Amino acid sequence: MKVKQISVFLENKKGRLKKAVHALAKANINIRALSIADTSEFGILRLMVPDPELAKKVLEENNFVVKLNDVIAVEVPDRPGGLDKILGILTRADMNVEYIYAFVEKKSEKAIVVIRTEDIDEGIKVLKEANVPLLSSEDISTL
Amino acid sequence: MDEEKRKEIQLKRLQDTVKRAYENVPYYHRRFNELGIEPEDIEGLEDIKKLPFTTKQDLREAYPFGMFAVPDEDIIEVHTSSGTTGKPTVSGYTQKDIDLWSEVMARALTMAGAGRRDRIQNCYGYGLFTGGLGVHYGAQRIGATVIPISAGNTKRQIEIMQDFGTTILTCTPSYALYLAEVLQKENVKMDNLKLKAGVFGAEMWTEEMRDAIEERLGLTALNIYGLTEIIGPGVAMECQEKNGLHIFEDHFYPEIIDPETLKNLPPGKKGELVLTTLTREAMPIIRFRTRDITTLRKGECPCGRTLIRMDRITGRSDDMLKIRGVIVFPSQIEEALLKINGLEPHYQIVVTRPKYLDELEVQVEASPALFSDEVKHVEEVKKMIEEHLQREIGLRVNVTLVEPESLPRSEGKAIRVIDKRKF
Ligand SMILES: [Zn+2]
Repeated sequence: MKVKQISVFLENKKGRLKKAVHALAKANINIRALSIADTSEFGILRLMVPDPELAKKVLEENNFVVKLNDVIAVEVPDRPGGLDKILGILTRADMNVEYIYAFVEKKSEKAIVVIRTEDIDEGIKVLKEANVPLLSSEDISTL
Repeated sequence: MDEEKRKEIQLKRLQDTVKRAYENVPYYHRRFNELGIEPEDIEGLEDIKKLPFTTKQDLREAYPFGMFAVPDEDIIEVHTSSGTTGKPTVSGYTQKDIDLWSEVMARALTMAGAGRRDRIQNCYGYGLFTGGLGVHYGAQRIGATVIPISAGNTKRQIEIMQDFGTTILTCTPSYALYLAEVLQKENVKMDNLKLKAGVFGAEMWTEEMRDAIEERLGLTALNIYGLTEIIGPGVAMECQEKNGLHIFEDHFYPEIIDPETLKNLPPGKKGELVLTTLTREAMPIIRFRTRDITTLRKGECPCGRTLIRMDRITGRSDDMLKIRGVIVFPSQIEEALLKINGLEPHYQIVVTRPKYLDELEVQVEASPALFSDEVKHVEEVKKMIEEHLQREIGLRVNVTLVEPESLPRSEGKAIRVIDKRKF
């Protein structure tokens, strides 16, 4: 099960992150999870939001370059070793992980881990076979 | 004509020009006095280096008739050169000047193969602009049939071209391409056309454009050069060899200078073209800085002419950047960027000198086609652009991706370049 993530190009300049987040706030879009990949010259802001299409539109209207892409979201128990288990599965299957980030969901007391493997379909297959619970887009939007 | 003989004529004419300018044009009189030189100081051609330059601004300040060297009653025609800023510059002609202009334009058209039986469709604008009348005078001097259709009304151009059996087309290269496009749209058969040559100028163009025009119009596309300040079109013209433009140096004396140091450069070196009129009567012009960047080539051309050749104009010295000694034009960078798919043509060039070496940074706006969620991929795109630019302009470049709409939109070239170097 793939879920949609939005990625935003950020210049390495003061106030750029704030501008993106502010645009979403003004459109009443609740950010579920966020991560930033930073290089010396630019940054990539990655977001999980309930309605990725809407968020993309809002950001583009504010002159951001935005991409929608697939990632895998899994639920892990919010306790030591949860993430380790997932990574173990992927490593054993020789999966290349491009990036990974996690956030804790208060209601269920579980951690949600967002994973971008080089090959998304293969990553899903491997995790499914290991009986890891995958989240759907609906799950994300109702979090 | 052998070189010695030509140099002799050039020197005699230069001395005459300098004398007339000094005696009759207050501007030159003042400039010569300031520099402490007199016409008699010009004893050889190389003494031209002692003379002051004339810039477009100098001509503008003399607006309208301050550069004329003859009494009003001897002027029989005027033309102007439009400027992007301020007043235009004026060029005045005596009967002898019009004869000279007709002569050099007749030479140019003959080089394109024009003879008495040819029909020359002249789509350069008639009026204050020199293009239209320049070709007109040359065509009449040859005895060819000139079709003075002037610019515009493309439908009519195409109709006339077929009905009259036009053999030679004269216009700007971009208009030639536009004509070709319309011809294709209107499904005009190539058999209906009798075009054999085109004389194209009045703007910068490229070899790629030449190929496209030749293929689509089925003619030989030749490059003509000139400028109103000097006379109009007819300063230089390409022969059928297409390996540079022969400068009619018996009337116009060319030099190449480094636009920064203003020192003369030898043939084979790229720099700014400087022209001195040798026979103009109404308006002798000494060392006019054309701002056009080219290279002079000596030696006999396969066509048999010994007249010095100049390369096609590749840029303007106002836009020129010298980075680590290499001459680069924003237009080169723009051309290179446009070859990359998905890249927005918005860019800015930043030149810095962090220590001793110049650094060239090209800022490019990120676009969905260049962007991805992975750092690795975006860095690859950046590297790809850098390598592409390095191949095209021969310099190492740092490419920085910036957010869309963050670069200034084109309002002239100046804004494209930020030079932070301290000289
Ligand atoms: Zn030749």
